[in-house]
This record gives sequence, structure tokens and C-alpha cells, in this order.
Amino acid sequence: MSTKKRIMIVNHRPPHGTLHAWESLDLTLTAAAFEQEVSVVFMGDGVFQLLADQDTSQINIKNFAPAYRTFRDYDIRHVYVEKEALARRGLSSDDLLIDVNLVDTGALCRLMTEQDIILHF
Amino acid sequence: MKFALLINTGPYQHQAADTAYQFARAALAEGHTIRRIFFYQDGVYNASRLSVPPQDDRHIVRRWSALAAEHRIELLLCSASALRRGILDKEGARVNAIDTDNLAPGFRLAGLAQLIDAGIEADRLLSFAD
Amino acid sequence: MDWKRMLHTVNKSPTESDKLETCLRFTQAGHAVLLIENAVYAALAESAMAGQWPDKSSGITVYVLTPDLAARGLLGRDLHPDIRQIDYPGFVRLVTENDVVQSW
Repeated sequence: MSTKKRIMIVNHRPPHGTLHAWESLDLTLTAAAFEQEVSVVFMGDGVFQLLADQDTSQINIKNFAPAYRTFRDYDIRHVYVEKEALARRGLSSDDLLIDVNLVDTGALCRLMTEQDIILHF
Repeated sequence: MKFALLINTGPYQHQAADTAYQFARAALAEGHTIRRIFFYQDGVYNASRLSVPPQDDRHIVRRWSALAAEHRIELLLCSASALRRGILDKEGARVNAIDTDNLAPGFRLAGLAQLIDAGIEADRLLSFAD
Repeated sequence: MDWKRMLHTVNKSPTESDKLETCLRFTQAGHAVLLIENAVYAALAESAMAGQWPDKSSGITVYVLTPDLAARGLLGRDLHPDIRQIDYPGFVRLVTENDVVQSW
């Protein structure tokens, strides 16, 4: 039995309004630390998780956004953002905290078929 | 076939915990194996032994405990999710000087690594969420 | 193996969330879609999904969980003719028949 699986974590929700983004990030980092081949996808409102300049000091919620910068330390290289989702929100990759791969629906479809496990948050 | 389940929503408020339970029952009845059910995010509320539903309603927490005992299924909670939401095992209560633990029988706190492990070990990892 | 059979489950009605619409964008030939919980409202012949389902030639099969239809009073209603009804054992079978399950 293979001890390595390809795991994709798909983020749909914006940060702070719910804990989904934060707990999804925890799981992503754990999966990577466990030496699985991890892909992270941000689609729909999930692209807002990567927006630069997040400052949570006035709502007294921990700002976990800087943790996305640790993706590189965890060797998470497969970071995908749905191109249409960014465009529809008037955003570009320059607005994001980290370097990502911009992909369209077709490319994401193909990536999904390569996975063993896909979890949506 | 070996299944692992992931439950990310609390009981009652959302149907996901019921769907997961009905799925588990059907899978076991069909001769499949479930080794581990992992509770993450608000899913950890499924483990509170202090839950007291009205008499004419299903008891979701006890239902999990009974299923686990009957089929030797591990019921694991993400400890970080559980502790921040007030779901404590004996050790968590002691360390934090809190007067009671509230973990129902059969449930255990674990790390997220054990969810990944369940995903690797099982033929299918199924998630039930909001 | 870079081609896998995939089961997509959705649990939101098409008017409460765009999850079903999003899921269908990522559904390819050979895939199955299962409507559970509030997503069963999408199986109504007249729903926000009318005219948006993949056609028969797409190779995509759409299923709906009968117990959730019954619970919501929809069993006797006019449902989309191409959507197949299954029960929990059928749900289990769909999971075993597909290599990967995505819960949207």
C-alpha cells in the first residue's frame, strides 16, 4: 500500500467571518508536514483569504494570513487560484500575499482528476 | 472496502452529522469497514456527553458512542478544535484546572495528523460538512 | 492513473448557495453527482436548476437521495426525469464505484 497520497484542499470561504479558512490552513500545514503531496486551491470567495494588507487588530481576532507565507517552508508548491474568481472580484495576483498559480476551470478539473483525496472548506 | 469519515459540523444545527451516521450504518450493513471517524471544526460538538436533547429526539452523541462500541470504530477529535470549543478530555480538564471533562464514551482527542493518517489508510475518505 | 471516476456530493439548494453550480462546472464525463440534504430541492422539475443540468450525452449521471426527498415532502412532486433516486445503500455503492468522493 502506498503511504503517500495526493491531497487537495479547496477553499471557498472568505477569512474571519467564519473559522473555515483558519482550520483549513491548519489542516493544509499538517498534511504537508506529514509529507503528503498537498495542493491548495482558492476558488470563489476563498480567494479573499490571500488578500494582502489584512489587519485584524480592531476585531481582536488573530491574523493568520501571514501563515500563508510559510507554504514555502512546508514545501507546498501547488498553490492554485481560480483565475475567473479573481477577475470577477476585480482582483489580480498583485493583490495577493503570496505567489500562486492562476488556473482556469479546465486546468483545475484536470488537477482534480490527479488527486486521491479532495476536501472542501 | 475500508472507509474513513470526516465530520466538520456540529449535531442538530446541521443535518451533516445525521447523514454521516446513516451512511455509516448503511456501509456497515453492506459489509464494509469503518476504522475511524474524525471530528473536526464544529464537528467536535458531536462528542459532548453533556448534550441533553428532548426525549422524543434522537441522541446524536450516544448514537456515535454506541456505533463505535458495536463496530470497534475509533472516534477521534481534533484536539485544537475541541479545546477551543470547550470539549475536554480528563487530561485537558486537569491541565487547565477546569472542574469537569465532557467527552462522551468512545471519543478521544487526537492530532490532525491522525486525520491524514486515516485518509492514507482508508480506501475512501468521505467528508460531511456544512 | 490520471483518469479517475469521481462522485460529487452537494448538500445546498441551488438558491441558498452556488455550490451546485460550481460543482457542475467541475463535473466531467463519467462522473456522478449526488444531491443530499437541502440539495434535493434542485431535483424539482421547476427549480433554479431547470435547463442547467448536463444533458444525457454528457456522460454525467445525477442522483438524489430519496430519504431526503421524502423528508422534505418532495417524493410526490414533479421531479426532473433524468435524476435517479437512490437510498443510503445506493449512496454507499456510489462511493465504492467511484475512486474519489468530493463533498462540495
